[in-house]
Amino acid sequence: MLKKLHEKNGIQLGIGLVIGIIFGFLLQKGGVTKYDVIIGQLLLTDFTVVKIMLTAMTTGMIGVHLLRSLGIAQLHPKPGSLGSAVTGGLIFGVGFGVLGYCPGTVAGAVGQGSLDALFGGVVGILIGAGLFSEFYPKLEKRILSRGDFGELTWPQLFRVNPWVIITPVSFGIIALLVWIETSGL
Amino acid sequence: MESDMEWLSMGKWSPYAVGMGIGLLSCVAFLLSDKPIGCSTAYSRTSGMIERLFRGGIVAEKAYYKKFAPSIEWEWMLVIGIFIGGFLSATLSGQFQTGWVPVKWALSFGDTPVLRWGVALIGGVILGIGSRWAGGCTSGHGISGTLQLAVSSWIAVLCFFIGGIATAMVVFHVLIP
Repeated sequence: MLKKLHEKNGIQLGIGLVIGIIFGFLLQKGGVTKYDVIIGQLLLTDFTVVKIMLTAMTTGMIGVHLLRSLGIAQLHPKPGSLGSAVTGGLIFGVGFGVLGYCPGTVAGAVGQGSLDALFGGVVGILIGAGLFSEFYPKLEKRILSRGDFGELTWPQLFRVNPWVIITPVSFGIIALLVWIETSGL
Repeated sequence: MESDMEWLSMGKWSPYAVGMGIGLLSCVAFLLSDKPIGCSTAYSRTSGMIERLFRGGIVAEKAYYKKFAPSIEWEWMLVIGIFIGGFLSATLSGQFQTGWVPVKWALSFGDTPVLRWGVALIGGVILGIGSRWAGGCTSGHGISGTLQLAVSSWIAVLCFFIGGIATAMVVFHVLIP
């Protein structure tokens, strides 16, 4: 692994910025910095968001696990619990449907000139994140720790080699995307 | 030269090309930075930095900011980069345009900026709480988490879409007679 590079904080800030610029460029070119496209996905009339996410996930899943097999990358799965992933996920979904952007695409939307994304989205997310930090100690104790499963991955859960999961998941996603295309969505 | 660079000024790329690009970019992030791409902790850190302006160093003592220090780091730069990348892409294709009300919103709810602003603000607050509650967003859980086969991320992204689809359906099909 490129450990020395990972420890150089100044260079890392630069790498983060460049990766962000490419990411924002791709998101805008994909159309997913647009409210109309995201809401179209949630109303199930435009499947651009799902197509991009599933393709990115499959490409990244194969690539990152290859890097890991070569010993030049390691995984950082997020720890989780039912109280965090289910409750938080549903709250996120409500915000996603009301705002029509997510925390990443909202920044790209600001870049393309969407003022609702800046003064509504970004300002709102900052207020929401601030409120969360205020209530975090109580939430942590009462809800976030419920049903804790830690940094668990599917291969760990089923005690199999990651490729035993990656292979069928990849083919399943490709089949799903082909079905989406052929049904004209 | 002009025709070689034409793809940069195209209005839209195939979602599959964009998806593959993001997937490869994730690999680069793991390789060069040992980090998954994610966005929502940057908002927490910024919120903490703003709070510190008003309340001072005591803010760093809050339990949540001990976990996610209110300072500029990799992910924060990434979000700034997304803004710049979005601006570059939109400018190159001639799509950059300031506006308050998206087309689809205007068709159903009219083009009054204040209504769209108010609803977007409420949505943003809920999204900010939800992303921190779930421990990630559509990037951190939705792409980086699912590609690592993390159980928490698969559950979270499923709930993002269940909540999102239900909410959008209510907003556009129930609230509008």
